[in-house]
Amino acid sequence: MAATAPAVAEPIVEMENISIEFPGVKALQNVNFRLFPGEVHTLMGENGAGKSTLIKALTGVYKIDSGTITVGGVPRRFAGTADAQSAGISTVYQEVNLCDNLTVGENVMLGHEVRGPVGINWRKTHEAAHEALIRLGLGDLDPKQPLSSISLALQQLVAISRAMVTDSTVLILDEPTSSLDANEVEGLFTVIRRLRDEGVAILFVSHFLDQVYAISDRLTVLRNGVVVGEHRTAALPRNQLISEMIGKDVDALNSLGSQRSRAARSGGTPYYSAKDLTRKGSIEPVDIEVHAGEVVGLAGLLGSGRTELGRLIYGADKPDAGVVTIDGKTAEVTSPVGALARKIAFSTENRRDEGIVGDLTVRENLVLAVQARRGWARPLSRREQAAICDKYLVELNVRPADPERAVRDLSGGNQQKVLLGRWLATQPELLILDEPTRGIDVGAKAEIQETIVALADDGMSVIFISSELEEVVRLSERIIVLKDRRKIGEIVNGPDVTAEAIVDLIASEGSGA
Amino acid sequence: MSTPVSRPSAAIRVISGLFHQPYVWAIVALLLLLVVNLTKNPAYLGVSVNAATGNLSGNVIDILRASAPIMMIAVGMTLVIATRGIDLSVGSVMAVAGAVSMEFMRNTGTGSFGTAAVAVLLALGISALLGTLNGILVSIVGLQPFITTLVMMLAGRGLAKVITSGQNTSATNEPFRWIANGTILGFPVVFVIAVLIVAVLAALVRRTALGLMIESIGINPKAARMAGIRPVGILISVYIVSAVLAGVAGIFSTASVMTVEVAKTGMTAEMDAILAVVIGGTSLAGGKFSLTGSIIGALLIATLDKTIVYMSIPSSATPAFKAVVIVIICLLQSPRVRSMFNRRRTRVITARKETVPA
Repeated sequence: MAATAPAVAEPIVEMENISIEFPGVKALQNVNFRLFPGEVHTLMGENGAGKSTLIKALTGVYKIDSGTITVGGVPRRFAGTADAQSAGISTVYQEVNLCDNLTVGENVMLGHEVRGPVGINWRKTHEAAHEALIRLGLGDLDPKQPLSSISLALQQLVAISRAMVTDSTVLILDEPTSSLDANEVEGLFTVIRRLRDEGVAILFVSHFLDQVYAISDRLTVLRNGVVVGEHRTAALPRNQLISEMIGKDVDALNSLGSQRSRAARSGGTPYYSAKDLTRKGSIEPVDIEVHAGEVVGLAGLLGSGRTELGRLIYGADKPDAGVVTIDGKTAEVTSPVGALARKIAFSTENRRDEGIVGDLTVRENLVLAVQARRGWARPLSRREQAAICDKYLVELNVRPADPERAVRDLSGGNQQKVLLGRWLATQPELLILDEPTRGIDVGAKAEIQETIVALADDGMSVIFISSELEEVVRLSERIIVLKDRRKIGEIVNGPDVTAEAIVDLIASEGSGA
Repeated sequence: MSTPVSRPSAAIRVISGLFHQPYVWAIVALLLLLVVNLTKNPAYLGVSVNAATGNLSGNVIDILRASAPIMMIAVGMTLVIATRGIDLSVGSVMAVAGAVSMEFMRNTGTGSFGTAAVAVLLALGISALLGTLNGILVSIVGLQPFITTLVMMLAGRGLAKVITSGQNTSATNEPFRWIANGTILGFPVVFVIAVLIVAVLAALVRRTALGLMIESIGINPKAARMAGIRPVGILISVYIVSAVLAGVAGIFSTASVMTVEVAKTGMTAEMDAILAVVIGGTSLAGGKFSLTGSIIGALLIATLDKTIVYMSIPSSATPAFKAVVIVIICLLQSPRVRSMFNRRRTRVITARKETVPA
């Protein structure tokens, strides 16, 4: 974990002992982070590791609970994004935040227009924009053409020009490549290298490993709100990086005992099977089978297609093609309504946006899916609702066990349990769990894992998706490995299957190593 | 201060419970307006009984009568707003419903009960049709509710004019007129009908799972879809309900004068409805809704209108006066002001505790 600094002595940004807590979640705990002038520094970590929280602390979006931020040797306390910008920190977000209806030059100079005696001098403004574009090697771009007429990749570069107009010393690029093709990425990297050579400190976030290795000088790995390593990129093998990102928790999870091995299946027909299930731009054709009582894990990094596959099976996204057989009969699942009718349930990784209905009570959240399947005209009686609440609040150990509390007031782990209860109440035959243990405390995590094993023992089919490979290996009988939206392997679990083996498979596949 | 603090009495508990309702300030404002009127005339709240007919009369009864159409559109608007939508077309639908019924009664000219019944059914039918169109455009085509119903607001007004050939159609039909001017047990028929409709609707929404689903869609449409709720049917239904209730309001407001003024009937009614909903504590962002709150809002707006007339405030100043009152209410129930009040109250309580010797 040798964190050697580049030749330049003084870091431009130094964050020390940063902690940020949200209700129920410690988003960052005593995080130290350094950024030097003239380097490209990548922030690595799975979803919920704290990357965005750290960026938002640095850009003044979030207030830090404790710790210090020093920029250019001066201690700073950011009360808002304007403070951070005046300290020389500029950010380009994943979604381009520009005005489509303005010209390229107007976008670059917005808020920094050149003023003359009678208001804005547009000629000089466009000249200044042109100079800013030349600085990034974009001299060919006409500042007077409308932004909407240029490609998304160029818009991204315009956004960077805009960030550099204020002579920023720190440039933050939050997943700038997620919607670019290979050539466009190369163009972006040329610009990034040019700025780096000018002495700008660049903080880069991406989940594409190849790009991280191509562009970054150093990287910092976060997991569960804690820094797990700060490295020179060139000195860090890929599989070590992946294991740091996904972690090997030797915590209370050991209470589950050894990993499950494949139960003897009498070769019967699987409960659920899909052949060539596919959706353009989402996942390439995949075959998957799940037997009754079996836990099948989906392993892969963020963006590997693990979530996309789960959504396709549930019908949350409509498959383009594929033959699905449920319980021996051909079926088509094209909507959540259809999936629930066929006893398939899906617990989303995106708890806040697609899971809980925040303003409703715990009780209302628990009964929602059952009620939706019955239709509005046949309401569950008070007694039936109370029965569901009593059963799942106790079984899943939800705290506080108060059905009339608004679910948004619960901690992340307890919200997750309420969601799990919602799906279990529909009595599914196939349960798809996407990151059911993310961002929740260790105790709740162990409880949820125990529940999953118990459900499978009772004969339920489970598809288990997690970014923590250790967890996938521990719970699954069979593991489907995904990379870059493709299935690259299927492993029958056994004593010799380890998280490392899967990491090696992902790291070696396609990289030529 | 010598007596130990006793358990709060039931009355205090009810009142403190009321203070947690978002529409508490609407109730306070309502009472204040009545007090203002009382200062001008101590007999303002007096209700007299006509010995011959048993009819009740008085300012309060007038307010109830005037609130009926606002109640109708406010309740429909509440459901639409709860789904993150808005229905700007209610005023125009009122005009269409009025135009259809008046035109029909004028052309048949029998004045019988049957004619009145057919006129009502025609008015409600065409309202439902317009509501269905709104609902389909919003839920299936995916247009923005604001744009959809804005177009319907313009088109509806035009449709009303086409139906009456641009004239202000009048008709004579006693059974129809009775809806607006008659009484049941002394109370205005419009008010009784409005109360019945609201009661049926409230039961429909809260005794079935409809309310839960409307709120889920309004709070988090993605999560609602993932939980297996079909939004299309529910969205179309709420727009139909809103339009049909607007049709009822249209019948209410044309029946009293037996004339539809195609350019004026239901004019800016959508504003009254939206205001009633907001005053009642339902957020324009959708989600949790309160039918009770909207009814109180409708009563408040009717009272405000009557007060303005009663206080002989010049008609040119009427909109400004109305605006001031409503802005104050909205300010009082905004989260920021409410949390300020709560802080105040806790400070007062802690201050009191500190003065008590340990």
